[in-house]
Amino acid sequence: MTVARFWRENSSRYNLVGVKCGNCGKVFFPPRTICPECRRLSIGKMEPYKLRGEGEVFTFSIVHDAPSQLELQKPYIMAIIEMTEGVRITAQIIDCDPAEVHIGMKVRATMRKIREEGASGIIHYGYKFIPVTK
Amino acid sequence: MDVGIVSYGAYIPRYRITPQEIGRVWGTDGEAMSRNLFIISKSVPSPDEDVVTIAVEAARNMMKRSTVDPAEIGSLYVGSESHPYAVKPTGTIVAEAIEAAPDLTAADFEFACKAGTAAIQCCMGMVGSGMIKYGVAIGADTSQGAPGDALEFSASAGGAAYLIGRDKLIAKINKTCSYTTDTPDFWRREGAHYPSHGGRFTGEPAYFKHVTSAAKKLMEEMGTTPGDYDFAVFHQPNGKFPVRVAKQLGFTEEQINAGLLTPFIGNTYSGAVPLGLASVLDIAKPDQRIFVVAYGSGAGSDAFDITVTPAIRKFRKEAAPSVRDLVENKKFLDYASYAKVRGKIRMKEASQ
Ligand SMILES: [Zn+2]
Repeated sequence: MTVARFWRENSSRYNLVGVKCGNCGKVFFPPRTICPECRRLSIGKMEPYKLRGEGEVFTFSIVHDAPSQLELQKPYIMAIIEMTEGVRITAQIIDCDPAEVHIGMKVRATMRKIREEGASGIIHYGYKFIPVTK
Repeated sequence: MDVGIVSYGAYIPRYRITPQEIGRVWGTDGEAMSRNLFIISKSVPSPDEDVVTIAVEAARNMMKRSTVDPAEIGSLYVGSESHPYAVKPTGTIVAEAIEAAPDLTAADFEFACKAGTAAIQCCMGMVGSGMIKYGVAIGADTSQGAPGDALEFSASAGGAAYLIGRDKLIAKINKTCSYTTDTPDFWRREGAHYPSHGGRFTGEPAYFKHVTSAAKKLMEEMGTTPGDYDFAVFHQPNGKFPVRVAKQLGFTEEQINAGLLTPFIGNTYSGAVPLGLASVLDIAKPDQRIFVVAYGSGAGSDAFDITVTPAIRKFRKEAAPSVRDLVENKKFLDYASYAKVRGKIRMKEASQ
């Protein structure tokens, strides 16, 4: 069964569904059609794989010069999160003061509004990360 | 056939503001407002939160505590008066986010503050008739009062989700009944940003009449008295009304305390009774009995008689935050920050 038949963009964005290479076992997010290491050997073996949504901050930066969509949230935190599955994801960290974020901080995925296409357009939802409190 | 609660989950945004801080800006006596409404603080959603994200978080917390396969969910209803879209159901996004899509029916419910309990009743009927195996009912809101209006002191955000089924019940719903009339106590016209209310009309002929009528009807049908229940949860537009209605009906403060959240998080509208019940289920023990009455302006009340089952002992409550955890995870805002995050300040049109 092809990945394309499984893969739906919303499911991927809402539920962190990536793919796992059936040849070497490496996990990728966002999903890709072939494994960059196994190449031909991975064809037809890339299976949907749902990440657990847990990870830690690999690196981050505090953004003061925000695009208009994020004007109300600035200063905000953008980070590269290393997920427990080994894959790295770039995302916003929320419910966290910029002074409190640090490398190695444990975070988990949640769903928030990412972007609105104006006042009458579609609302895009997707993953952001919040600190694990306990 | 038994029908009841298989799992539940809650969510409350982290920001809070006090009536004193709101009063300071509008020249209102915030201290007196706080006393009169019995509200110490209210929850405020972040700019990237809405009913969809609150419903998703509550529903995911519900699923984390349960072993039910999301593919077995046959219906999903979200009750709210602040759905982000006028046309495009909140439930479609929530169903996708908990991986219950596509083999289910979904719809959004509206009945002021009781849309969530109406959703529970609907799921009960579908589960009880054998039409579906499990149903999800969610009550969530991010309500706003016009700046300076009395509603601004109480309107807040939060929600809770319930998985309704026939097996693996942690609480059996023994009976539900409703009381509905055409009462213009509170309304919002299509396209209007803030709601309107009939002032004094919101008290006696609306809230108290409907809540007591549904409550008395339920106890009459069940042959019970207030003393038969360990807990009672009443709709709580402020901290005062539920206390007064409990007293009128003969319930004690001890019975209602566990489910009384409005003093700490404000009026979460459709989220209020679902959250109050979740807070009770967080601490309830087998065989304890819970009395619940929701109220929605317009107007109607839904009443429930619930008995906790021994399965609650093995229920994985700790897999998701308790209502108390959510109430205590808070950050206070000043009014300027509150106005900013709630979009009360007119911004330059955002470009793409
Ligand atoms: Zn590979």
